[in-house]
Amino acid sequence: MQKIKEKIIEFILRATALITILTTIGIIWVLLSESLVFFKEVSIIDFLTDTQWTPLFANKHFGILPLISGTILTTIIAISVSLPIGLTIAIYLSEYAPKKLKKFIKPLLEILAAVPTVVYGFFALMVVTPFLQKLIPEMAGFNSLSAGIVMGIMIIPFISSLSEDALSAVPKSLREASYGMGATKLQTSFKVMIPAASSGIIVSVILAFSRAIGETMIVAIAAGQQPRLTLNPLVPVETITAYIVQVSLGDVQHDSLEYRTIFAAGITLFVFTFILNNISFWIRKKFREEYD
Amino acid sequence: MKYKLEAKNIDVFYGKLKALNNINIGITENAVTGLIGPSGCGKSTFLRLFNRMNDYIDSFKLNGDIYIDNTNIYDKSVLVDELRKNVGMVFQKPNPFPKSIFDNVAYGLKIQGINDKAFIKTRVKDALKQAALWEEVKDDLGKSALALSGGQQQRVCIARALAVEPSIILMDEPTSALDPIATAKVEKLILTLKEKYTIIIVTHNMQQAGRISDYTAFFYMGDLIEFDKTDTIFTNPKMERTENYITGRFG
Repeated sequence: MQKIKEKIIEFILRATALITILTTIGIIWVLLSESLVFFKEVSIIDFLTDTQWTPLFANKHFGILPLISGTILTTIIAISVSLPIGLTIAIYLSEYAPKKLKKFIKPLLEILAAVPTVVYGFFALMVVTPFLQKLIPEMAGFNSLSAGIVMGIMIIPFISSLSEDALSAVPKSLREASYGMGATKLQTSFKVMIPAASSGIIVSVILAFSRAIGETMIVAIAAGQQPRLTLNPLVPVETITAYIVQVSLGDVQHDSLEYRTIFAAGITLFVFTFILNNISFWIRKKFREEYD
Repeated sequence: MKYKLEAKNIDVFYGKLKALNNINIGITENAVTGLIGPSGCGKSTFLRLFNRMNDYIDSFKLNGDIYIDNTNIYDKSVLVDELRKNVGMVFQKPNPFPKSIFDNVAYGLKIQGINDKAFIKTRVKDALKQAALWEEVKDDLGKSALALSGGQQQRVCIARALAVEPSIILMDEPTSALDPIATAKVEKLILTLKEKYTIIIVTHNMQQAGRISDYTAFFYMGDLIEFDKTDTIFTNPKMERTENYITGRFG
């Protein structure tokens, strides 16, 4: 009787694990099969090299580059906001802040990541853009700069929390060794703690990258929906995710070529985040045992 | 006779707990002073007073004065970073930085803002020689210090402390994580180092205190029970408790 019970529980556990794997495989399957049909009609070379993305226009072009440039542009702006701020917060919390304050601030910061992204999107469009337009009058109403900045604010906790975990995981003895040599807190932070926690910090940045690349709502609302191959942060652009939203919500006919573009865009996005996740997995695995 | 370090009327509290009780002690220059006693007797806390390493503990509170070369190191005008350049420390577990052997030993010089490469090289070499490690590592100074054996790591840490030429070295059970052969090497090293440095060493190991220290202080439950020349403590202790501890009747 006991044995049967064990078996049943084992089966349930295995089935649960299987569901997530099957879901992933299912998603990849749909993406692959739909985009294969797409690439029968559109050559993959055109897809990767054409500089225009106009699948919904009469004169159709299927170059993914403008969407990639829009994605990269907003992501880089977001990371340049969140990395310095997030890392500064992490250093402050792990090396300077009293324990009580740290206990209070850390969960508070994590709320930033819990705000619905649609709220951030409107914040970018209705608050940040008008403010920036006062400083930069030629800035368009939809632009990658304010979308990127707000996205950067949203992912601050990804970097600050994970980097703080990495810094706190550095053995206390290293900090003592540095203080014992007469190093100041600042010297200890930059010469000992950050190098010792570097793998964890890099992983946190990669996860933030992943998050920024996949972020949809903020860019769909505030960055505009005009695919454009540019690195100018003041004009409207469109990211891969924003395009997928645009077509999914629009009245494009199912099973048409236009409809299949979203799968081609989706698989491009998937390749990006898949590579990033693997890099972070590899770094974690490589450096994990350094202090054991 | 003038002492290198002096502790006067020291009381230490962790919150409400009294960890040290009215300690008075004078420590002689260019000698090894051993601090012994059972776990929790306050010897490590006492050692860490001399480079203000207890300052990071939130509930730590000190009454009394500690003098190094007649300067009260707990005075407001004393810069802790400067103090620690004069008072080096070696810890219980070897704690080299995850950097190369060279960078570990050069760390103290670099944080002092010294950029002269030739000077740093000479100092690193000298320090490694003093730490009796030079012959073993001279060909791979670029290797990570973490790749060394425990005994070698501890000698890297000793070299790291020596490179900034302190006058005092604090050692907190420096051989407790080492095997007997590595321990013997470090002990031999300590005996040569006392010619140049004043050394205070916490040890759990009674024989070790007997072998290397010139003076021995016996702590028990926050009190300094007895402090004298090592020979006297081991052969002719005045207090019964010291004798009991030394002969292994408790502890």
